[in-house]
Amino acid sequence: MILGIMISILLVGGLLCWLTAKWNIQLTKWIALLAVLIDFALISNIWSQHPTTTSTGSNAWFINFQANWIPSFGITFHLALDGLSTILLLLTFFLGILAVLCSWNEIKERIGFYYFNLLWTLAGISGVFVALDLFLFYFFWEVMLIPMFFLIGIWGDSNRRYAAYKFFIFTQAGGLLMLIAILALYFIHGAQTGTYSYDYLSLLNTKLTPSAAGWIMSGFLIAFVIKLPMVPFHNWLPDAHSEAPTAGSLILAGLLLKTGAYGIIRFVLPLFPDASAGIAWWAILFGVIGIVYGAMMAFSQTDIKRLIAYTSVSHMGFVLVGIFAFTEMAMQGVVMQIITHGISTGALFVMAGMLKERLHTRDIGRMGGLWTSMPRMGGVALLFTMASLGLPVLGNFIAEFLILMGTFLVNVPLTVIATLGLVFSALYSLRLMQKVFLGPVAVQQAVRDLSVREIVIMSVLTISIVLLGLYPQPVIDMAKTMVNDVVRR
Amino acid sequence: MTSLQFYGLLPFIVLAIASVVVILLIAFKQSHTLIQVTGFGMMCLVIFSMWYVRDRLPVDVPPLFVVDGFAAVFTGLIVFCVLVVGLLSFIYFEEREENPKEYYILLFLSTLGAATLTISRHFISFFLGLEILSVSLYALIAYLRTRNNAVEAGMKYLVLAALSSAFLLFGMALIYMETGTMDFATIARTISTSYSPLFITGMGMMVVAIGFKLALVPFHLWAADVYQGAPSPVTSFIATVSKIGVFAVLLRFAQAVQLQKYPSALYIFAGLAIVSMIIGNVLALQQQNIKRLLAYSSIAHFGYLLVAFLPGNAAGVQAAIFYLSAYSITLLAAFGCITMLSTKEKDAESPDFYRGLFWQNPILAAVLTVVMLSLAGIPLTGGFMGKFMVLTSGVQQQLWFPVIVLVVTSVLGLYYYLRIISLLFAEAPAAGLREKNLHPFFNFVTYTALVVLALLLLGIGILPGLLIDGIRQFL
Repeated sequence: MILGIMISILLVGGLLCWLTAKWNIQLTKWIALLAVLIDFALISNIWSQHPTTTSTGSNAWFINFQANWIPSFGITFHLALDGLSTILLLLTFFLGILAVLCSWNEIKERIGFYYFNLLWTLAGISGVFVALDLFLFYFFWEVMLIPMFFLIGIWGDSNRRYAAYKFFIFTQAGGLLMLIAILALYFIHGAQTGTYSYDYLSLLNTKLTPSAAGWIMSGFLIAFVIKLPMVPFHNWLPDAHSEAPTAGSLILAGLLLKTGAYGIIRFVLPLFPDASAGIAWWAILFGVIGIVYGAMMAFSQTDIKRLIAYTSVSHMGFVLVGIFAFTEMAMQGVVMQIITHGISTGALFVMAGMLKERLHTRDIGRMGGLWTSMPRMGGVALLFTMASLGLPVLGNFIAEFLILMGTFLVNVPLTVIATLGLVFSALYSLRLMQKVFLGPVAVQQAVRDLSVREIVIMSVLTISIVLLGLYPQPVIDMAKTMVNDVVRR
Repeated sequence: MTSLQFYGLLPFIVLAIASVVVILLIAFKQSHTLIQVTGFGMMCLVIFSMWYVRDRLPVDVPPLFVVDGFAAVFTGLIVFCVLVVGLLSFIYFEEREENPKEYYILLFLSTLGAATLTISRHFISFFLGLEILSVSLYALIAYLRTRNNAVEAGMKYLVLAALSSAFLLFGMALIYMETGTMDFATIARTISTSYSPLFITGMGMMVVAIGFKLALVPFHLWAADVYQGAPSPVTSFIATVSKIGVFAVLLRFAQAVQLQKYPSALYIFAGLAIVSMIIGNVLALQQQNIKRLLAYSSIAHFGYLLVAFLPGNAAGVQAAIFYLSAYSITLLAAFGCITMLSTKEKDAESPDFYRGLFWQNPILAAVLTVVMLSLAGIPLTGGFMGKFMVLTSGVQQQLWFPVIVLVVTSVLGLYYYLRIISLLFAEAPAAGLREKNLHPFFNFVTYTALVVLALLLLGIGILPGLLIDGIRQFL
């Protein structure tokens, strides 16, 4: 039930924000912050109660709540939490806090409606991470889209309308294909067992013919790789990321992309083990293409947010590679990558937002030599670009190292190419640093350095990325059961 | 007629009396408010009488009618729609200072026609119901006769509807010639032994007429003009009541003769569904006028609905009824908003009326947002549950091609629904809203009704079980 409460705190908090904005704007912001803080506290508490997961099978769920919703279709309100979900929820609420904080002064109009959308997006995302009924999962999958559409479409940059449409139509197209796949699975399962149910745990036992499994899996997979994004479907991402307000980019990069990875790990691999093994080679290939292509595109961008967006394409390529390597090590790397990418790319987007607030441009050609006027921000930026290119000591290194190690056992040539991607990532990261913070001073007017609020945001991010780099064991312990389960299938 | 049959037909008799009462009222006291209130009362009486007789169902009234749970569901839906349409009409016509009294006679008569369709089990009652419905609609569409658009729309509907009636009659005649009967059940028995080209030809003719009434492609040419030209409440009436009635009789006929058993019929309807979904959505893409946009979107939506009609089983029927209910509520709310925003001279058709509406009139904009999300089939709204059920029934019968088309065209449709939503939230303020010189009470009631409709949409989107169980009880 605690999961339901967590989601409803966000939903109710969102409504309250909308209502109170008429009277007191400060109150609105505090309500939003409080809502995510409470959720963060709740999930931290759950983590502290279940530090490691040693049990397997059905005992792997810390919390398992099921209630009837639409009994005539066998739809239940089934929420459950295991190690992976816990990690992702923690990430969700962590980035949620930062999203609220970094919008504190950036958003100046329609504040109530803004926080409403922000909290509802977070509610949808957390729902996705804990829903174990496929219908409910689809429900949350869609619920997180609409507020995100508004966030981009109302508070975004100059080309926001186009970006918002593109984002929505791409993901909705994938979502509807997934819905058909869910329905097909539902009927096949119903025909086999006589009980019609959308419940994940019972659908796991469905026996599919290879061709049916292939078709149904591709329905799921398309939805997830659009979200991830895998390379031919990545088209929406640079637009959406670059036009969204800072908090929107933060949530998009940090959380929305992760729902795709989560979907593949949670649903595609366990439901269709043979079919997914069959396409593993192709998936790794596309992942590698994504790594290299994303890095090259990032290198050629002049818009700072588009640049960071393309680095996401590159990093998510690692996730795809790691998932389809089917080794324990690679899968652990994927979980790490999900978290560290959320933090490091999130931090870069927050910084891009701060630069935009000060300089009113996203063009890196018009920046340069900012270190002199903003030494604090320069330092933090250096740290996170280093994280993004995978410097040891920082979390991303662990993640990418594990993924490459795990994949090397499976597919040597592709892993070698993927490793080359790291070289490219050094190129674009250093170029970003060079163009923005070093070089001749291009901005004449005085630029203010980080404020206290911004220092808080950045230092929290810094501490967590360093901690993850030095001591990733808690995350690995947490994800262990899930990883073993998935890999063993 | 036995007393049981009388009770069965009671709601329809009350419905017929309603128009007579309105005629008498006009003779004595020409007050719009009085007529409105009386009409409302009569409609409530219809619902009440239906509630009263529901335990006696099904009642067979040979040879023309059968009043069963199926008819009760559809009639209930129709009367519910008329209640809302009546409410919208008051605001709309009161402001236009036209003489709206006769309007209500026509409205109730065409309602009677649609309700007759739901209980007909014979070609005669089918045709009578359809004609009562259509003839009243000719006048209703052209009711604001000083407007050019309205007269054009009325003429267009008149000519095409007359043509389609001719097709219908010809089709019926051919089937009669083949089977020697006009009773649905007897036709079913006859053709199960002999199934001839003549019957197929007759069926094809009838499909033309039905396709015209439901505005399916390629019989959709009237839809956009009529939707645009007719007064907004009448448009909502055409979009909901008349289509519900025709769809009800189509369902009943198909159930009786087990139409879906015949591959040729199945292919025809699948084809109609597919082209309607595609053409409807494509035509709506670039449409700026919101009433025309809703016309094209309704073409697409009836294409979706036909996907639920194809399986021809109980799940399909339930899905269709659920879809129709959600769709009717959605459209009533949409046209309610249009009515509220319309000025005396012009209906609120152009996008200018909606730009930045959210910051001016959050209630209407929120209702419209829910409506658009529901039309687009986004979760939390009734439209999603409807689409979900339609998809379910399609996937169950493995109708992959229509299902895939449904999905692809839904994505296409998202574009124009989102366009309206983003228009509502755009920054430029709406050009000065009209002054509120409306009847304060009815203004309030209409707003309340719209909010209730929107909440209802959310309600059946979140807890669809209630409506589904309700439908199942009746069927």
